Amino acid sequence: MSGHSTYQPQSAFMKWMERRLPIASLVHSSFVAYPTPRNLNYWWTFGGILSFMLAVQIVTGIVLAMHYTPHVDFAFKSVEHIMRNVNYGWLLRYLHANGGSMFFLAAYIHMFRGLYYGSYKEPREVLWILGVILLLLMIVTGFMGYVLPWGQMSFWAATVITNLFSAIPGVGEAVVGWLWGGYAVGNPTLNRFYSLHYLLPFVIVGVVVLHVWALHVVGQNNPTGIEPKSDKDTVAFTPYATAKDSFLIAVFCILLAWFVFYMPNYLAHPDNYIPANPAVTPTHIVPEWYYLPFYAILRAVPDKLLGVIALAASIAILAFVPWLDTSKVRSARYRPLYRQFFWVFALVCVGLGWLGAKPAEGGYVIAARILTTYYFAHFLIILPLLGRYEKTKPLPNSISESVLKGKGAAAAIAILAVALGILTGISTRASAAEAEHPPRQKWSFSGPFGYYDRAQLQRGFKIYREVCQSCHSLELLSFRNLAEPGGPGFSVAQAAAVAAEYMIKDIDDQGNATERAGRPADSFPKPFANDQAARAANNGAVPPDFSVIAKARTYERGFPWFVFDMFTQFQEQGPDYIVAVMKGYGEKPASMTMPEGMQYNSYFPGNAIAMPQPLQDGQVTYDDGAPATIDQYSKDIAAFLMWAAEPHMEARKRIGFQVMIFLIVLSGLLYFTKKKVWTDVHGHA
Amino acid sequence: MATMSSAEPTRRDFLYIATGVVAATGALAATWPLISQMNPDASTIAAGAPIEVDLSPIAEGQVIKVFWRSKPIFIGHRNKKEIDAARAVDWHTLPDPQPDQKRVKEGHDQWLVLIGICTHLGCIPIAHQGEYDGFFCPCHGSQYDTSGRIRRGPAPLNLELPPYEFVTDNKIKIG
Ligand code: FES
Repeated sequence: MSGHSTYQPQSAFMKWMERRLPIASLVHSSFVAYPTPRNLNYWWTFGGILSFMLAVQIVTGIVLAMHYTPHVDFAFKSVEHIMRNVNYGWLLRYLHANGGSMFFLAAYIHMFRGLYYGSYKEPREVLWILGVILLLLMIVTGFMGYVLPWGQMSFWAATVITNLFSAIPGVGEAVVGWLWGGYAVGNPTLNRFYSLHYLLPFVIVGVVVLHVWALHVVGQNNPTGIEPKSDKDTVAFTPYATAKDSFLIAVFCILLAWFVFYMPNYLAHPDNYIPANPAVTPTHIVPEWYYLPFYAILRAVPDKLLGVIALAASIAILAFVPWLDTSKVRSARYRPLYRQFFWVFALVCVGLGWLGAKPAEGGYVIAARILTTYYFAHFLIILPLLGRYEKTKPLPNSISESVLKGKGAAAAIAILAVALGILTGISTRASAAEAEHPPRQKWSFSGPFGYYDRAQLQRGFKIYREVCQSCHSLELLSFRNLAEPGGPGFSVAQAAAVAAEYMIKDIDDQGNATERAGRPADSFPKPFANDQAARAANNGAVPPDFSVIAKARTYERGFPWFVFDMFTQFQEQGPDYIVAVMKGYGEKPASMTMPEGMQYNSYFPGNAIAMPQPLQDGQVTYDDGAPATIDQYSKDIAAFLMWAAEPHMEARKRIGFQVMIFLIVLSGLLYFTKKKVWTDVHGHA
Repeated sequence: MATMSSAEPTRRDFLYIATGVVAATGALAATWPLISQMNPDASTIAAGAPIEVDLSPIAEGQVIKVFWRSKPIFIGHRNKKEIDAARAVDWHTLPDPQPDQKRVKEGHDQWLVLIGICTHLGCIPIAHQGEYDGFFCPCHGSQYDTSGRIRRGPAPLNLELPPYEFVTDNKIKIG
């Protein structure tokens, strides 16, 4: 198609360079003149999207590593420090966390595309196996990264996953010891995971280079699955594929930005905003959404060793697909039976993902067993047999002949993408299964243009000081935060005055413990000297810290609400729950036996709460004329706590809007550029 | 692409240029958070607030170190001999000419408050050492006098003075 198939250095310098290090001609032959089948559809852009996402993850990761502290005492705090104090730290962390999810989403689409069009078949076996290795590396890297924030989910994911290795007969215990570097998951574990989480992405880059190299040796597959025969069947990588990839990358960025700016915690687990506690396992632990199908397979098998083997096999088996699939025809377009089985298989994977998020009990286990069996049967029975007995449709003579046909597959894969999206949503399930749903409140900070109501935050702060503060700490907040933009809107002098009302423990010049008046840079002092004192004073339960509690509490939304939430940006479960608990005290039902010293609360998980009803009508006097009712108090404290947990929310939504506008304009421009670039091709077809 | 034949070359070029410009603007904007995050963060800035130091325990002839904004601040209680030595020299002839009077607060001649960082390459000089009995930097041998002025060695400038003021006769506020 394009005339310039070989690189001709123009300038004297490039000629000089060419004889010494022909990097320019390498780039030119790989990314400019490289012939790519002219009939590639948009599903072929995910390789480019993945490369882009890998770069995003590495750049944001390197930056986060500049601020993160891999130590059990500081990891959680340093992540919150990034979220609160580092310039744009919230953006970088949310990009990295959601970028990981989007990376997996793109990888799965990329793989399903390969399965659909038979991209693993001769001569692309090595290319495919490198892809499976990349998936494995991604899984390991993602898992280790998830451990780093050192929240409850981090800690227990680390515990559960490392324990998988104990199933290996003979050496299992030794391997687990190497992973832990101690008697249990602890500081040495966190340190080595951090080291490896920094290393592995570069290993991924190395394997990506091999993957691309292998691709350039064998050439790209295409929707027909037949090899390009003449120049008519291909176009130059640049500008044709470049334009197309750029357009889709921009569109993919819109999806990423949607999560990063508007629902940054939607794909995460609220429990991970609770600092790691080796003494308490969360009632319902589930991995991130992208591991759910594998997790379901693990739990489907009742035997420990066999479960681990099944888990490993479910990934390893992918490497054998080039030989398990015996059909000579590549593309599902010409394999009517395989096409149906492909979709069944895709649904099975989504189903496994759904089951992975469900508790491992009753019917769910049986369903997981059936689907697990099918998962393996697809590879071990269906693929080999289909190749033998399937009657395939006639293949077109050439790619250019087939160009006019075939939109069906694209639509079908779109359905798969939606299904994956639903699976994504499943991970938002929460633990409070047995309690009632808290009623939804109206919040000024909900939605894409949400903002905090300054007066409400100030009232909420008043409640915190007059009621909550005697038991609940607010460790991660400093007095200066009260005067920062996007917060309660106190002046710097007011914040300093508030600080001065607190006594802060300090050491004087002679080394004696003293107390001095607080300064704006001080954080809120803790009400109890330590957890033991807090427990002793509070019925045996430590009152939780309030800094991120609005993000650490939620309730189960259930199907289909969690899917709708993705589009409506509903993410105010935390404040809704707080309001509900504040107002949920009442008489216990006669049938319920209440433990000593506990109160009945209809919204608290388990309905027995150690805290006596904290708010009563008329308890706090408001200066701004807001009603002194428990209803108003609850909303105000919940709003205040939401701000405490997410102090940069206003900046996030504001920047998000700008980014969205930019990305939509860019996508539009790239779309028209792509169309213009491709007119030549369609014209000559 | 401009060389390709096209019905409307100008419109097409405009599209490519506009796309390129918008994409480049976005890429440029995206680097801003990456650069901005390297600035001191909000907690570091907040921790750089002024500090107060009580001077009463500092004996004559003694130099103490306190930290402000992660920098060592030398507070010297000079005796008469040291003040006289600092004022006896013709300051116009010094490498970084400055009278001692300009380096202390009026009426508080005995108090010398300096940022204790060598102006050569940032080492911490040692008090009461060197030929001028002021400060001596062990790294490359810079000699400072009892006013903290550079007298000999590779350092180009006098020891810097932090912003400070006397709250009372016995208390200063640095910052
Ligand atoms: S740093 Fe002090 S003399 Fe070089």
